[in-house]
Amino acid sequence: MIVVNQLFTGISFGSLLLLIALGLTLIFGQMNVINMAQGELFMFGAYTVYVLQLFMTSAGLSLFLALPVAFVVSGLIGLAMEVLLIRRLYERPLDTLLVTWGVALVLQQFARNIFGATNKQTKAPEWLTGAVEIGQFSFPASRLFILALALGSVLALSLTFKFTPLGRRIRAVVQNRRLAATSGIPTSRVDRTTFFIGCGLAGIAGVALTLLGAIGPTMGQSYIVDAFLVVVVGGIGQLKGTVIMAFAIGMASALIEYQVGPSLAKVLVFIGIVIFLQWRPQGLFSQQTRSLA
Amino acid sequence: MNAMLEKIKTHPMLAKLQSNPYLGRVFRPGPIRTMSGFAAGGILLFLIAPVVLSQFRLELLGKYLAFAIVASGIGLAWGRGGLLTLGQGVFFGIGAYAMAMHLKLSQTPDGQLPDFMQLYGEVDRLPAWWEPFRYSWFAIPAIIIVPAAIAYLLGAMIFRRGVRGAYFAILSQALAAALAIFIVGQQGTTGGTNGLTNLNNFFGYDLDDPVNRRMVYFIIAGVLLAVIAITRQLMFSRYGELLVATRDAYQRVRFLGYNPARVLSVAFAVSAAMAGLGGAAFVSIVGAINPASIDVVPSIAFIIGVAVGGRSTLLGPVLGAVGVAWFGTAASEAYPDSWQYIQGGMFILVVAFLPGGLATLPAAFRAIKGKWDDRKPPGAPSLSGAVQEASA
Repeated sequence: MIVVNQLFTGISFGSLLLLIALGLTLIFGQMNVINMAQGELFMFGAYTVYVLQLFMTSAGLSLFLALPVAFVVSGLIGLAMEVLLIRRLYERPLDTLLVTWGVALVLQQFARNIFGATNKQTKAPEWLTGAVEIGQFSFPASRLFILALALGSVLALSLTFKFTPLGRRIRAVVQNRRLAATSGIPTSRVDRTTFFIGCGLAGIAGVALTLLGAIGPTMGQSYIVDAFLVVVVGGIGQLKGTVIMAFAIGMASALIEYQVGPSLAKVLVFIGIVIFLQWRPQGLFSQQTRSLA
Repeated sequence: MNAMLEKIKTHPMLAKLQSNPYLGRVFRPGPIRTMSGFAAGGILLFLIAPVVLSQFRLELLGKYLAFAIVASGIGLAWGRGGLLTLGQGVFFGIGAYAMAMHLKLSQTPDGQLPDFMQLYGEVDRLPAWWEPFRYSWFAIPAIIIVPAAIAYLLGAMIFRRGVRGAYFAILSQALAAALAIFIVGQQGTTGGTNGLTNLNNFFGYDLDDPVNRRMVYFIIAGVLLAVIAITRQLMFSRYGELLVATRDAYQRVRFLGYNPARVLSVAFAVSAAMAGLGGAAFVSIVGAINPASIDVVPSIAFIIGVAVGGRSTLLGPVLGAVGVAWFGTAASEAYPDSWQYIQGGMFILVVAFLPGGLATLPAAFRAIKGKWDDRKPPGAPSLSGAVQEASA
């Protein structure tokens, strides 16, 4: 009983991680850019719900409207970042990390100046506040909604990759950038599109988080580290690996937390990841290349 | 000034000293420059600063020097080795907590529990892992050895499997997050969010007395000079060459028969030891430590000074750390709301547009001027070598 509840908590945590990590792995896989500002884009997604609710009374409608709006808002911020800064840094992955961290600091303060330093509360629609009973277990509806959102995003993303011209171009650039460029694919435009999508996904994750708690200027920081770990152990740019590892880390955290408490759990999960990397240094799945290491 | 230098350089006494078989090594131009640099630094820190600065500012400077000790190690690991460690707060924290535990125990009367343990009341006797920190012969070496050992072990494990670059940066950051959360969670024995505070007994000297706090400042300044000397020795040794080679051409170093994992682990361990020293220095001058000062955010803040000063130079990280910290205090006193904009802006501007830091500013100017003149190709030395990461 408790184990099932803990597992569900883990799956729910995993689905949030997945939503954030999806964008990260997409951007990292294609452009070798580590976007530390992803957490802040996530925060702006959450604030989108708050702003929409200033104008709309219906919580349900604002939530559904927030999904596309947040996607566009976060995506546009990301796009601006790409065009103004990150474009110059494609050969320097570690430096993108620091530059985007700088952007994150600026965005945090920006949010603090606009929305205030205190946390804001958003309304959740009626039908998401209850619980869904399955057999003898009851699951919070909001968490099921987030799970559905995460899985929906993964599905949409993988269908895009498989069946659309854009997806084919992205895959081509990821697999061999120079060959793709030679074949006439406009790689820098594909990069920009990927950046937009990746950052937009963070916005959607932010909308999902408003169902679970208050939103504030530093909320992005609390998920970004874990989301990056998911990317590392899943394998850079690997959708399948990211999905599996997001749920694995989520459930492992929840189960270990249940056994030893949350503070030791973080340390144990970290040790587990280091050991995992002994076995799979490139993450769970990795693209086969002939290059060294 | 130059004429005087010229006079000294051509003085027959110097030639005589240089040809001396025992003293000759010391009186070559290189060592002379180094030693005069250290002498100048010593005069600045030990004579000028204490006279010019008020007690309050001097103590602040002591705190910045503690950060500079950390920065020196980061310069070695990141600037020379290409290891972007976003988790130096972990080692800073271990050093700081080791020192703080010793100071806490030395001011607690025998047979009693430290004040915060009595307050939280989660334990009724001193935990076993606190016990050895009662003795300074254990606590002081622990400040250096424990961070170095953990870093070496972790480094050996992950570098051995070829995990480096961005993966390493992310892992080190996760470690910082994990440690901070761990300490917060163990409130009964670590002081939790409040940390260890009110440390006022520094090896028998009362830290409430300003004179003793000045003494602590002098000790920190001395440690900093020693750390710079060690960093210099490592940078310009054969090991330093190998470290730069590992940064720039990892696979080639491997094919030449070296073990790049070991080279990197050593750099990581040395930088961790320096971070530990910095943490201990921080605790001694500030008199408190809490998890918020060793978390992810302060860990990245260590990087900014190094980046601004010049990551791959000897003095750049040190001067950058002190300068940025000083500037940070001044800016947040004057404009508390905009400090984070400035800090973010510094990250963006320096890393994106001047990756070699301020140390390479003259070279960058020359490069721009060279392009402008269009006479010869810009001869800017590539101090920013870390930038060209091995694209293997």
